[in-house]
Amino acid sequence: MSTHSHADGHLPHEPEKATLEGRNKVLGFWLFLGGETVLFGTLFSAFLALRHQVLDGPQPSELFKLSLVAAATAILLTSSLTSVFAIQALHNHNVKALINWLIVTVVLGLGFLGLEIYEFYHYVHEGHGFTTSAFSSSFYTLVGFHGAHVAFGIFWISSIIGQLMKKGLTVVTAPKVYVAGMYWHFIDVVWVFIFTVVYLMGKVV
Amino acid sequence: MDWLTTVDHKKIGILYLIAGGFFFLVGGLEALLIRIQLWKPLNDFVSADTYNELITMHGTTMIFLAAMPMLFALMNAVVPLQIGARDVAFPFVNALGFWTFFFGAVLLNVSWFTSTGAPAAGWTAYAPLSGPAFSTGHGMDYYVLGLQIAGIGTLIGGINFLVTIINMRAPGMTFMRMPMFTWASFITSALILFAFPALAVGLAALMFDRIFDANFFDPNNGGNAVLWEHIFWIFGHPEVYILILPAFGVISEVISTFSRKRLFGYSSMVFATILIGFLGFMVWAHHMFTTGLGPVANALFSIATMLIAVPTGIKIFNWIFTMWGGSIKFTSANLYAVGFIPTFVMGGVTGVMLAAAPADFQYHDTYFVVAHFHYVIVGGLILGIFSGLHYWWPKMFGRILNETLGKWTFWIFYIGFHLTFFIQHFLGLLGMPRRIWTYLDGLGFNEMNLISTIGAIMMGIGTIMFILNVVITNAKPQNAADDPWEDGRTLEWTIPSPPPEYNFKQTPLVRGYDAYWKEKMDGHKGMTPAEPIGSIHMPSPSILPFTMSLGLFITGFGLMYSRDWTFITEHIGFYVAGLGLLITFGSMFLRSVYDDHGFHIEPEELEDKGVKA
Ligand code: HEM
Ligand SMILES: [Cu+2]
Repeated sequence: MSTHSHADGHLPHEPEKATLEGRNKVLGFWLFLGGETVLFGTLFSAFLALRHQVLDGPQPSELFKLSLVAAATAILLTSSLTSVFAIQALHNHNVKALINWLIVTVVLGLGFLGLEIYEFYHYVHEGHGFTTSAFSSSFYTLVGFHGAHVAFGIFWISSIIGQLMKKGLTVVTAPKVYVAGMYWHFIDVVWVFIFTVVYLMGKVV
Repeated sequence: MDWLTTVDHKKIGILYLIAGGFFFLVGGLEALLIRIQLWKPLNDFVSADTYNELITMHGTTMIFLAAMPMLFALMNAVVPLQIGARDVAFPFVNALGFWTFFFGAVLLNVSWFTSTGAPAAGWTAYAPLSGPAFSTGHGMDYYVLGLQIAGIGTLIGGINFLVTIINMRAPGMTFMRMPMFTWASFITSALILFAFPALAVGLAALMFDRIFDANFFDPNNGGNAVLWEHIFWIFGHPEVYILILPAFGVISEVISTFSRKRLFGYSSMVFATILIGFLGFMVWAHHMFTTGLGPVANALFSIATMLIAVPTGIKIFNWIFTMWGGSIKFTSANLYAVGFIPTFVMGGVTGVMLAAAPADFQYHDTYFVVAHFHYVIVGGLILGIFSGLHYWWPKMFGRILNETLGKWTFWIFYIGFHLTFFIQHFLGLLGMPRRIWTYLDGLGFNEMNLISTIGAIMMGIGTIMFILNVVITNAKPQNAADDPWEDGRTLEWTIPSPPPEYNFKQTPLVRGYDAYWKEKMDGHKGMTPAEPIGSIHMPSPSILPFTMSLGLFITGFGLMYSRDWTFITEHIGFYVAGLGLLITFGSMFLRSVYDDHGFHIEPEELEDKGVKA
């Protein structure tokens, strides 16, 4: 038996797909996102089925502050852009730029999360608790699940930043960066749907 | 210790087999208790409450903790070998999948030993019966959390097989040269990927209702009980195809091998499998005809359901044509496979009867339904699993199961099965309801129920005989040939039994469908290698899958008792849950930070390891 590192040698242009392990990871993650789509799809269906059941609690139209949500949306969309820059830096083998763009992404993610926590805190004071109505339960579950995904993404990308600082860009770390980038885009896309289905539709109908 | 840390797909397959086999016995014991209770009218062998627990745990155990794991056992043992791979795509994730299943299963069964007892709202957990208002106590908490944890394992297992099959086939193994069992595992994994997340959401919502006072399914608070049914069955109907497709795969392999013929209509088999998988998602509401969806929805779902009979019929005819004119050997594996065909056809026919919405209003919640799904599940899936086990046992363990005993087992199990369930069709037509703990005398139910119970006991005897066979076989030396049936057609029969840890010393070059058979027909002794002998990269074992799952197990416990445990301060349960999550996430963190490059087996070592262990 011998230990062996894949880190030696020259780094190919797309280091995330250079090894079979890397290709497996990327494909597996695409499939995982397929499952996540079903997961969020089911949450959306539950929300749509229950969103008029407000009982004594506030109506969505009274509750939602679109300016706040729009700000959160802008922040999250920007973070998707910065994660694209990170992947570009990855393909240029520019570790420093890669790490910096990832840090920006994480900071933006934290900003989004902060706004969401403030928003939830505010709603609870308006009498819109988790147990108030079927609408409120399904609202917090859907939006909260997304928020938990953002929080997880922040931890994940942070740990990858740590690894990049220690080990640099290799065929082992590259797939991790790439896959985390895919994840980040996915939660962004889900948020666009939440913005439309939960907030905009809540204001209108 | 070796078994706690293994990431070898063959060993994980054996772990799945042991755990799944154990829960098959547990579920079987529950079934026997149910049947003993029903053997005569007005029996008081068990109480009504215990009866509800028994049917709930029997159904849940059989489907999630016995049938699925035993299929995963076969898939793990066989799929990488059939495609000429050294392992699955993510060996670590594979181990994680097993351990989450295992700890979820243990959690669920712990409920039997608690003061409030096991879950009792049926395996379908219909709301609001399963909600906090009607299911007081912790039984249903065990159900939601145990299944949630076990479900994670199934989901990641499915993704793993998909990636393995897409990315790791040997050179020349195109999709249209893949063995039928691998195809079936592929489609099953895809169904898992799209069905299990829906269940995860349903269980999470039910958990929120029960533990955090949410209002998803409670009509008094604006919730919607029919929503639960939709979520459950959008998962639940594909689930039955998740179960049956691998069994179809096994039957295709076994019948073709023991008829010494190429599988008839291979491409139509592939196509039919895909079509069944697809239609499986379109028909969930046939479980809800009597819910009041209205005639239009009922008609559409009724027609969609009947459509599935078409690809299924194609498969049945292809199996028959495969046998036609073949030189058939009735080994025990083949007995199970051939016995499968008429049984499954009967289950299919009663399925079409149930799919006719107006007729279903009559059959609904009677023993006719019980008879139908046991014809499909026991007469289809369980016979398929037994067939696969006899067929691949030599490959997995290096020893052939005793054939004489195997045939006796088959006949006793098979006759017992038909005795148990055939008669239940008539009980159902006479109006005996399902999920009742006893019935009155003089309704004409007595004799048929007695016969049904006798049949169930015969099945129990059959199962014990199988275990006996396993024990006897295990005492024999490992002396199975590489190709013990001598008519092996696929790649797994080209390597030693049991295979060395790296499976293939050299990746084989595949030149056609039934790769090994083709080489035999061309007069070659074995496969042509696709690569020179070189050093082989292996993943290293790890305890982390075990600790991650253990963490989830602890979390489950904490959440459940978050309201009861107050002996030191409030919310102890939440701290326990937090501790569990810490263990899980801590292990995930360790895994991601410490890159594990595994180890290499060098060519010199291959020479002495290459011979049978
Ligand atoms: C091997 C012998 C078996 C026997 C004797 C048996 C017997 C029974 C009986 C008596 C019931 C109760 C029906 C009722 O009162 O509603 C039942 C229910 C059920 N069985 Fe089995 N069973 C067997 C195997 C299996 C297997 C292998 C599976 C699945 C893989 C299975 C799945 C179910 C399900 C899902 C239910 C419905 C439970 C419910 O109504 O909630 N059974 N079985
Ligand atoms: Cu169905």
